[in-house]
Amino acid sequence: MAECHPVGFQWVMEAKARGAVVIHVDPRFTRTSAVADVHVPIRAGSDIAFLGGLVNYVLQTDSFFRDYVAAYSNGPVILRDDYRDTEDLDGVFSGFDPDTRTYDTSTWQYEGVEVQSSPGQRGEEAADKTADKTAGKTDAESEGDAAKGHSYGSGGPALGAGEATLDKTMQHPRCVLQVLKRHYARYTPEMVEQICGIPQEPFRRVCELITANSGPDRTTSFVYSVGWTQHTVGAQYIRTAAILQTLLGNMGRPGGGILALRGHASIQGSTDIPTLFNLLPGYIPMPHANQHTDLASFVEKESAQKGYWANMKAYFVSLLKAYYGDAATAANDFCFDYLPRLTASHSTYETVLAQMAGTCKGYFLMGENPAVGSANARLQRLGMANLDWLVVRDFSLIESATWWKDGPEIETGELRTGDIATEVFFLPAAAHTEKEGSFTNTQRLLQWHRKAVEPAGDARSDLWFMYHLGRRIRAKLAGSVDPMDRPVLDLTWDYTTTGAIDEPDAEAVLREINGWDSEGHPLSASTELKGDGSTTCGCWIYCGCYADGVNQPDRRKPGSEQDWVAAEWGWAWPANRRMLYNRASADPDGKPWSERKAYLWWDADSGKWAGHDVADFVADKAPDYRPPEGARGAEALGGDDPFIMQADGKAWLFAPAGLADGPLPTHYEPQESPVGNLLHRQQRNPARELIAPADGNNLFHPSAGEPLSEVFPYVATTYRLTEHHTAGGMSRWLPYLSELQPEMFCEVSPELAAQRALEHLGWATIVTARAAIEARVLVTDRIPTLTVGGRPLYQVGLPYHWGPNGYSTGDGANELAHLSLDPNVHIQEVKALTCDIRPGRRPRGPARLQLVRQYRERAGITDETGRAQ
Amino acid sequence: MSGASAVSGVSGVSGASVDPATASGYPDHPPRMGFFTDTSVCIGCKACEVACKEWNHIPEDGLSLTGMSYDNSIRLSADTWRHVAFIEQRQPRAEPDPAHAGDVRWLMASDVCKHCTHAACLDVCPTGSLFRTEFGTVVVQEDICNGCGYCIPACPYGVIDQRKGDGRAWKCTLCYDRISVGTAPACAQACPTESIQFGPLDELRARAQRRVEAMHDAGVTDARLYGHDPADGVGGDGAFFLLLDEPEVYGLPPDPVVTTRDLTAIWKKVGLAALTVAAAGIASFVRAPR
Repeated sequence: MAECHPVGFQWVMEAKARGAVVIHVDPRFTRTSAVADVHVPIRAGSDIAFLGGLVNYVLQTDSFFRDYVAAYSNGPVILRDDYRDTEDLDGVFSGFDPDTRTYDTSTWQYEGVEVQSSPGQRGEEAADKTADKTAGKTDAESEGDAAKGHSYGSGGPALGAGEATLDKTMQHPRCVLQVLKRHYARYTPEMVEQICGIPQEPFRRVCELITANSGPDRTTSFVYSVGWTQHTVGAQYIRTAAILQTLLGNMGRPGGGILALRGHASIQGSTDIPTLFNLLPGYIPMPHANQHTDLASFVEKESAQKGYWANMKAYFVSLLKAYYGDAATAANDFCFDYLPRLTASHSTYETVLAQMAGTCKGYFLMGENPAVGSANARLQRLGMANLDWLVVRDFSLIESATWWKDGPEIETGELRTGDIATEVFFLPAAAHTEKEGSFTNTQRLLQWHRKAVEPAGDARSDLWFMYHLGRRIRAKLAGSVDPMDRPVLDLTWDYTTTGAIDEPDAEAVLREINGWDSEGHPLSASTELKGDGSTTCGCWIYCGCYADGVNQPDRRKPGSEQDWVAAEWGWAWPANRRMLYNRASADPDGKPWSERKAYLWWDADSGKWAGHDVADFVADKAPDYRPPEGARGAEALGGDDPFIMQADGKAWLFAPAGLADGPLPTHYEPQESPVGNLLHRQQRNPARELIAPADGNNLFHPSAGEPLSEVFPYVATTYRLTEHHTAGGMSRWLPYLSELQPEMFCEVSPELAAQRALEHLGWATIVTARAAIEARVLVTDRIPTLTVGGRPLYQVGLPYHWGPNGYSTGDGANELAHLSLDPNVHIQEVKALTCDIRPGRRPRGPARLQLVRQYRERAGITDETGRAQ
Repeated sequence: MSGASAVSGVSGVSGASVDPATASGYPDHPPRMGFFTDTSVCIGCKACEVACKEWNHIPEDGLSLTGMSYDNSIRLSADTWRHVAFIEQRQPRAEPDPAHAGDVRWLMASDVCKHCTHAACLDVCPTGSLFRTEFGTVVVQEDICNGCGYCIPACPYGVIDQRKGDGRAWKCTLCYDRISVGTAPACAQACPTESIQFGPLDELRARAQRRVEAMHDAGVTDARLYGHDPADGVGGDGAFFLLLDEPEVYGLPPDPVVTTRDLTAIWKKVGLAALTVAAAGIASFVRAPR
């Protein structure tokens, strides 16, 4: 966190100054470790074993928060008797179909609750094999469900009808808590040591620190970043932390929680109002071509019975009204048919395959440098080389704008500039200081920023670009009677512009996001939204950000002039709540669990919830409220169901729905690993998503237990440095930052350096089946050699900022990476792969390819390697 | 203001608590301002280096990977006025012990001009380019410096430096332009963890004392202050530090002494020697009657 979020890290330092213990778990000793109380080096890719070990410790020592777990989690829920665990089936859960490599989730359901009529859950598109093959041109392995995980960004999936059977004592052998206990029973300190390379003593110390600092009087929080997500089991890493935090009672309480640190400013914002293919604003799923033929079927399939997702129609219709204004009427399904439809996964990597196949012909890159920043960067360039047109909007001539004349494939002779037909447009972009807008950060806080200076020259804001592009397209289409043009012509596209460059008014966009009623008055909360077309709202979870006609994110009342929750600084979604699920900070009767951690409580006199924050609960729903028979939506949740976005109001230790790869996190080895899975026969996540071999450009290594895996004996992991920003577009062109980290390097332990004759400050070539890159060598104790399974395990650290352009240059680490993805959110596994490293610079020209080819031959790699279940 | 410079020849005085602005002839001046750099909370982000360069328009210093941990600026220089040192250490062990793979220490410390109470750079400056400000800080005036370079060997910390291709001497001004209008220096403003604290020196010294005592109470017995003591060889620094190890570990001199301390004595001896030589010469003539 100190490496990549130094400004946010000030609060960790402040907490430390007040007595907090800071534990840092990372393969490397980083700037965070330097100031942490405890640093635990871990083998990259083994975190579920580590976290599972913590879960096991908490359960075995009975140190979980029993009252909290019994009341607020699904720990007491009894599962069906045909559920089988990975512990029963040697590494897979019941319901697995080895042919499609997908799970039928019916055996994961609660006893007494019907399996949903739809095979998918809310937000999950059933795979349509035919559509996949024609649209995505992917091989059978990549035909997965297209959305899932992302769409739960503001709440969990639905459950079937019926009431779950409970055992409040949590003793029933099939209740979730007991299932959990059995699932993690083998995650002992000895096993953690064997799998993660973490000796038992430091592991026990972490166990003791965390449990001692959790309970009624204390809370522990977890902070993670892409070190957890960028794995074939990334979503399950976070799930393991969620299980642990639920067991310890650390959710919905001050000082608790799990915080995701995002990679750029406002990545949270671009998930809430998404730049993702499978989501509409506010985590409403994108309609699927075959499942959602009209508004009614979409709403029926995607709404939940209970909780706030039951109001999905109101959110969705208000969004369509924001898009299409008066053109959206009840008679035309509020222009539901204007929306694009999913036919398969269209994630960034499938898009690249579609480019290579010639079906995706145009591409916008705005503030993104995939030729450096995306895994298997070579594939990105090969895709772009097959486009008709490419638009790059950035500050500098990044690699994604110039690969056609000076990219690695030009150097090797694979591509020739004269043969590339892609028309490339480069348009300079305005920096954040040159435009107005909002940032949404990890705790859902919107903060408005103002323009300091006008953008120089032709540089323009993204808002300017999109607005004027749309305006010009609409002008060209004006008068068209082709129904295909209606979705563009019927858009509300009427932002006011100001100044010499006709900059659209960013506040007008914020007003539209907030929404208004039929009279045009700004709405103040999403509870005012209606499904009859009388309200508009661009993003239901942001409704209230312009309440009373005031730009709420622009509030800047100093902390010294308000209480510690600081509700008048910026604005947090939803409804300016600073902590989600804060009903859980009080016990089932509505009393704080302890005075020290009091946050929200039931005030019987006023008949309302009172406290330091806006209640994340119906304000006057008493703790003893029990829903009447047949209740729907928020009404169906009881007065002691704090997790209101969950279909049953409970924190899920066991996830009966919503995940593609299992109801409980299980340790699987990464796609490529020099270590065999010690826990079960199943080496890798059986449901992982594998991108096609793509003409030999996306090949995998053999793992431990497979022949010739020793050709790639080391674990590589990628990361960022404080001095640079992601793919370098914002830092490698700046002298003041470039001089601080002037070139690409790799980090290795003294033991690995000795083994491979690597010299400090000398050159090394790092090789995978995808590419060979070179880097200067830093030999350092900060990348410790671990003992895994009784043998030394060496890791190679690779910052991924560099590319051939800019002031500070170097080879890109992402050239080395492959494309195997988490099946829930389609994220690539760049945090743990295998490689070889050798002294000296890499070969130039065609010899570079030859070296990679030699390695493939030595390791016996074919299209099939690493693709078996 | 440059006229005040010569007055700083209070050097040679050790042990006495001196207010440099008063000694330099400011009858009525603001409190002495300084930096307290608490290295125990430094996270090595280098925001201080960048903010300093941005504000003071300091040229880029060359792109070289040094291999000295994450320190690629190497040292304070004409073009680096804040420098973050990175010191990587492993607990010394006879045999590598994987069970203690985590026993790495990584110290980070943002170094800067010390703005000495007795500033030798200022003493030796023949042009009055270096002067003492009303805040008690030491500043080079770029339009007066003639590049003679006397100040460079005079600094006991090796801070001040000549810029290549320019010849003039440059160093931290403690953002004289910013503090003159009541703003914090750029580095202190940018520091996210309050490792760099700016304020009246008296307050900083008291705060530092409390901090080091709290750290000792917490078992960090190696924590110590550096440059805080008015009785040291430079009369105490205007920019002082909390360190977690011996100063040498950070590349700081353990016992800095103002290099002009013995100047008076030296000149006396030089004078005596000159007289002796002259006397001898005269004598030789006297002895040569022819």
